[in-house]
Amino acid sequence: MTALLVAVGGAVGACLRYLVDRHVQGRHGSSFPWGTLLVNAVGSLILGVFAGMALSGPSIPVLHSLFGVGLCGALTTYSTFGYDTVRLFLDGARLRAAANVAATICAGLTCGALGVLGATALWGS
Amino acid sequence: MSSDAASTEAVPEAPVAPRHRGPPWDVLSAVAVGGALGAVLRYGFSLLWPHQPGTFPWAVLSINVVGCLLMGALMCLITETVTTHRLVRPFLGVGMLGGFTTLSTHVLGTMNLVAAGHPGTAVVYVLVTVFGALLAVLAGVRGTRLLLRRKGDAR
Repeated sequence: MTALLVAVGGAVGACLRYLVDRHVQGRHGSSFPWGTLLVNAVGSLILGVFAGMALSGPSIPVLHSLFGVGLCGALTTYSTFGYDTVRLFLDGARLRAAANVAATICAGLTCGALGVLGATALWGS
Repeated sequence: MSSDAASTEAVPEAPVAPRHRGPPWDVLSAVAVGGALGAVLRYGFSLLWPHQPGTFPWAVLSINVVGCLLMGALMCLITETVTTHRLVRPFLGVGMLGGFTTLSTHVLGTMNLVAAGHPGTAVVYVLVTVFGALLAVLAGVRGTRLLLRRKGDAR
């Protein structure tokens, strides 16, 4: 049952990532991976909310499997981030490669922490 | 007036090829199936190698590094050599490897280490994952290129 929930969440998460990335890159047409950065930040925020909820609020295993492991796990990605960074670096855009690493790590951690804090404030009281 | 003429002449061409109005459903289906498989594989991996919150997340680190190695190899195959079916990249790259690797769980693991009173380990975890992942992509690309060249020479 859990595996099924993870699969459904993973399918939806991967599709959302593809659609957001397609939309963002289609608008900007830039070599900087704004789309991947955006989904990674949003996915970290949502997982942060779920983690904060599990800490202080109702614990719902079904939601954790579907949204936490499945959707957020597949919405965010490390392999595309890694490949894009290496591609920028090898293309000579070393500054942009470094900026992508810094932005992804900072945005991921900040959004994750904000999600936890927000959920704790909402359910903790 | 002359600037008007100049601006009408300098109308830039569309930077990207015209796109379909709606999403391409075959590509989206490939991404969905790949994403489901990738997420289930990641879940299975975490069951085989469970970890307590606050301890070093070896499983997620391995998942991300292995996924990056495979992504490097796949993209080398697709972009440099073999003519593959157009759904291979959406299925394996965007879907499966994208769904297998994860930034959000990595972020959660980092926050758990900080919350458990191990900020130094959290920094090490972030750095090892970043450098491990980037080196893995590079190793995947270079290793595949080397193998293909050897195979080509052998012919």
